[in-house]
Amino acid sequence: MTRFSEVLKRSGRMRSRQRKIANAFMLSLTAFLTALALVPLFWIITYVIARGGQYINLDFFTQLPRPMGIAGGGVLHAIEGTIVISILAALFSIPPGVLAAFYAARNPNSPLGVAVRFSTDVLSGIPSIVIGLVAYALIVQPQGHYSALAGGIALAILMLPIILRTTEEMLKLVPHSLREASLALGAAEWKTSLSVLFPAALNGILTGFLLAIARAAGETAPLLLTTLGNDHYDIAQIIRGGLQTHQSIFQIVGRMLNQPVDSLPLTLWKYAQQPYPERINQAWAVALVLMIFVLSINIIARAWIQVRTRRLQG
Amino acid sequence: MNTQTRTLLNTGKAASIMTKPSITQFEHKSNNDAPVKVDVKNLQVFYGKFRALAGVDLAVRENQITAIIGPSGCGKSTLLRSFNRMNDLTAGCRVQGEVSLDGDNLYAAGVDVVDIRRRVGMVFQRPNPFPKSIYDNVAYGPRLYGVRRRTDLQEIVERSLKSAALWDEVKDKLGQSGMSLSGGQQQRLCIARALAVEPEVILMDEPASALDPISTLKIEELMQELKRNYTIVIVTHNMQQAARVSDYTAMMMIDEQRAGRMIEYDQTNIIFTRPKDKRTEDYVTGRFG
Repeated sequence: MTRFSEVLKRSGRMRSRQRKIANAFMLSLTAFLTALALVPLFWIITYVIARGGQYINLDFFTQLPRPMGIAGGGVLHAIEGTIVISILAALFSIPPGVLAAFYAARNPNSPLGVAVRFSTDVLSGIPSIVIGLVAYALIVQPQGHYSALAGGIALAILMLPIILRTTEEMLKLVPHSLREASLALGAAEWKTSLSVLFPAALNGILTGFLLAIARAAGETAPLLLTTLGNDHYDIAQIIRGGLQTHQSIFQIVGRMLNQPVDSLPLTLWKYAQQPYPERINQAWAVALVLMIFVLSINIIARAWIQVRTRRLQG
Repeated sequence: MNTQTRTLLNTGKAASIMTKPSITQFEHKSNNDAPVKVDVKNLQVFYGKFRALAGVDLAVRENQITAIIGPSGCGKSTLLRSFNRMNDLTAGCRVQGEVSLDGDNLYAAGVDVVDIRRRVGMVFQRPNPFPKSIYDNVAYGPRLYGVRRRTDLQEIVERSLKSAALWDEVKDKLGQSGMSLSGGQQQRLCIARALAVEPEVILMDEPASALDPISTLKIEELMQELKRNYTIVIVTHNMQQAARVSDYTAMMMIDEQRAGRMIEYDQTNIIFTRPKDKRTEDYVTGRFG
């Protein structure tokens, strides 16, 4: 009969060396692959800075595009368009997304809860160009023109599953005991959701919002079919013009939303395929601005969340 | 063990609670003339088809501390949670029989569950302060019931924290998060939060089981203070705790169908010194359970 301790004694020394070698090998492999995974990120950032950085100046942010072949000008129209579309998309997607998430988190096994979760998964798998096409058929065609509104709705559909799922997950992470504490004080279910669950999950929910907005802000495909592009979009001018002709605030906002607009990714796509070197260079600069825009959303979100978390945990 | 704990142990005050059951720790004045505050009559609770409680009768007396003891899974928490209808929140839970508060059946038609939960407060096993400031934790209840004026709220918060013996420790940091406190302080914050809506009965579901001995002692001392103004029902696994703090003790156990039953209910010193039921004696002397 072989005893385990004898086997161990015979092979122990060798095994220990084998183990050390295997350990060193695996450790260096993981370290190498980790470094490899970081390469594309730094490569993209440095390359975009190298190609686009030199074309960024104040004009780039404050001026509309000049006619083709003429140097100078900026992408104010695209920056404003991106902001307008993102705000619209957030307004359309956050309220329904959050409310549906509350329902799904509270009633995970009800037929409607299951349906919400299933359709969210399906929705997040639909290619964005298809969503753009649907928005085109449902909004652009009946209206007869492209608009920021149509783009906002298309991006909202894209953001909805991200917001819904992150909010739902964050709500599920709130300990059950907090809900009980509130209900035991006589709070109604909705009151508990609003004043205990929501604040407790707020950090995660906000991260979800920002991730969704960052994702939507970088989308091109749905905007091709909904906002088209508009070299002359200038909010300051719309407001000035509106005030001069004594339009109401609703008319002014309506004009902002109900006409074709550009966005940074859309501009990038258009500029990159033009033969003029100025446009190509500006496309790189747009890429840099877009990257900084999305990165800063992420960084601001994380910094703010850290401050909040620290305050909550004392 | 920190120095504070050690010092306290050396004084012998805390030592006694950790060595052997001592029913002389707190002065008991179990009062047989005290009126019945919560009256449970033939209470049966079902989870789906499973019968968790099989006909429990219990008369909780006013301004007394009633301990519910018994082995795990015997329905102690289920019984406690039927006192403020927290069982309603469990899917598939059904209640038969009667639980009355000052003579009014809590399970009668048309009873407002919000009103019950205001009159019957609850403290849970693990401290569960909201991730809000200490002030907002205590003010949560009063705000629910429409207290809006700052001065009123401040007064309620201060009074509640004082009643929960926490005021001196937190009065300079009411804006800090409730989560920043120690476990024992958090539990007293939860007690203050329950007190803020001036309940008549306070339910405590193993309130000290997640706490260290010093914090436990503080909670127990606090209970003695609170019983002047409140009726307290406590579920505990800790026999010494039941012996130390309570005036009445209810002994529960499961029957052959795994349904919880009340075995014996009497004054605490009787339960712990000359119980009528053999099973109670075995349980309180640690021979099983």
